[in-house]
Amino acid sequence: MAANKSQQLDPKKTLQEIEEKFEMFQILNEEGKIVNEEANPNLSDEELVELMSRMVFTRILDQRSISLNRQGRLGFYAPTAGQEASQLASQFALEKEDFILPGYRDVPQIVWHGLPLYQAFLFSRGHFMGNQIPEGVNVFPPQIIIGAQFIQAAGVALGMQKRGKKAIAITYTGDGGSSQGDFYEGINFAGAYRSPAVFIVQNNQYAISTPRELQTSAKTIAQKGIAAGIPSVQVDGMDPLAVYVATKDARDRAINGEGPSLIETVCYRYGPHTMAGDDPTRYRTSDTDSAWEKKDPLVRFRTYLEAKGIWNEEKEAEVIEKAKEEIKEAIKKADAAPKQKVTDLINIMYEENPYNLDEQLAYYTEKESK
Amino acid sequence: MAQLTMIQAITEALRTELKNDENVLVFGEDVGVNGGVFRATEGLQKEFGEDRVFDTPLAESGIGGLAVGLALEGFRPVPEIQFFGFVFEVMDSISGQLARMRFRTGGAFNAPVTIRSPFGGGVHTPEMHADSLELLMTSTPGVKVVIPSTPYDAKGLLISAIRDNDPVIFLEHMKLYRSFRGEVPEEEYTIPLGKADVKREGTDLTIISYGAMVHESLKAAEELEKEGHSVEVIDLRTIQPLDIETIIASVEKTNRAIVVQEAQKQAGIAANVVAEITERAILSLEAPVLRVAAPDTVYPFSQAETVWLPGVRDIVETAKKVLTF
Repeated sequence: MAANKSQQLDPKKTLQEIEEKFEMFQILNEEGKIVNEEANPNLSDEELVELMSRMVFTRILDQRSISLNRQGRLGFYAPTAGQEASQLASQFALEKEDFILPGYRDVPQIVWHGLPLYQAFLFSRGHFMGNQIPEGVNVFPPQIIIGAQFIQAAGVALGMQKRGKKAIAITYTGDGGSSQGDFYEGINFAGAYRSPAVFIVQNNQYAISTPRELQTSAKTIAQKGIAAGIPSVQVDGMDPLAVYVATKDARDRAINGEGPSLIETVCYRYGPHTMAGDDPTRYRTSDTDSAWEKKDPLVRFRTYLEAKGIWNEEKEAEVIEKAKEEIKEAIKKADAAPKQKVTDLINIMYEENPYNLDEQLAYYTEKESK
Repeated sequence: MAQLTMIQAITEALRTELKNDENVLVFGEDVGVNGGVFRATEGLQKEFGEDRVFDTPLAESGIGGLAVGLALEGFRPVPEIQFFGFVFEVMDSISGQLARMRFRTGGAFNAPVTIRSPFGGGVHTPEMHADSLELLMTSTPGVKVVIPSTPYDAKGLLISAIRDNDPVIFLEHMKLYRSFRGEVPEEEYTIPLGKADVKREGTDLTIISYGAMVHESLKAAEELEKEGHSVEVIDLRTIQPLDIETIIASVEKTNRAIVVQEAQKQAGIAANVVAEITERAILSLEAPVLRVAAPDTVYPFSQAETVWLPGVRDIVETAKKVLTF
């Protein structure tokens, strides 16, 4: 076949053209105004109030978790404030039969998907019962190895596809996670099998201290989906409506047999990476913090709902009160969990103990009975 | 009874379990239409369809992660890692994820996954194909590790591995794939995991081994027999967990033992066996328990393989030291 003589070698231009196409998708702007009426999901008043209530609840949960951690009553905790829209509006687009594979910051999504709150606290406290996911709750415990959940999600999605289920696997990582090999393997496997998976990268700007610009030369993380041949979009991760629509849209496609999608939610974590000594002032300025706080998901959603006349101070106070009460109850329940024993741990290694564990079981049973 | 090679016995086991349980899925690089680079999955895609036996993109970590996810959906995945030297790419999926699934979730989930993989020296492969890396697996709590040495054992052990509700690493020595045939019943049968096999009975010395070294040990036993020594050869078959009862019963009978492994001496499967014998049967011993193993270098370039790998002469020499102690 003769070469097209007018064709120029210009890979730079190709890249530019692709990158220009990745515009950030937004529906509700920072002032709480709908700027993209066509894309408005037109959630019912009840749904809007429910989503707002969950975001308020989760902000309180974050505050309480931080203070419990400081009192030495919680253990491992990765703060979530700033990411409520990204986390909760995406979960809001799911059905109960969808399966969530969370990263370690994604505890709110699995709680709203059915994991009892006291178990989330037990997970933080390092008690094995925290991860004993109850029957019928379709979540996996928070993943610690960054990116591992992406290839596992491809597996869950492939399994659902083989079972003919009308459900999706959804997984979350961060901007740092999108540099992992497992990130690429996950989106690539799901793409190759056209499995019903939704991959979310919550680009909260920093992987611990490493800024987003250092992770990749790619202008957006969303465009990485192109390499796997899967639809991908960058959304305003502080805009609950945009996150909801992008997730719902990706879910619908997956259910229709059109394969996986990648969503980059551009957001910010107000707090430290975890409560284990990270100090964000070493790598971020307060100017950056306050610029992002102006985009706060709760503030803009509150403005929007108040203008619609379906939210007010009293309603919010009610939710806050309820959150505090439920958190208190959950902590009480977590406090009541049995003291963890080595014998418990030995018994969850295999279906049947091999000789070495049997012998060790006898040793620790004796030791722990004293 | 059919005379089969080990690779044919493995295919038979896979076929049996694909037939028995619709949750069994076989996948990996080139396992579909190509039937695997060693033909372990020959004909299986045709027989069971692309839904049950399928190719994956070329990424070992992805294959491991896929197995985790499929297990979460209630499947019984049997992935293949094309060569076990590539295991470093999938270490997190195995040791960090699969092995911990039951533990991490307090028993809410388990991982009935069997990872099959060829390994082993003596067949002149390029680098990263032949290494004996089983210690990486046995140092991982939560998995079982199986290494068959005969076609008969391969079929029965693989069926047991697939039916096991915990992850099993099933390592297949490349040199044994086609080097000899053995009797393999056509009907299904199982061999329990964690159970060693006395491949030869004797009264003066116990040789404990696994994999291809079982055959070197049997040859050594014959040579020693000619010199009047009655040698017992135990094939561990499962190296995690060990069959302590069989090992100790034999040592209590013979009072002398050596342990033979193909892996480097520092890769301590043999060291672990020696420690167990020392802890449990030291008063039965008439001599120290010695090891035969490869030198502690990286697996050699293929031209040096035959001198590097432990062989009959090494085993006989070490056995004599123990017999004459």
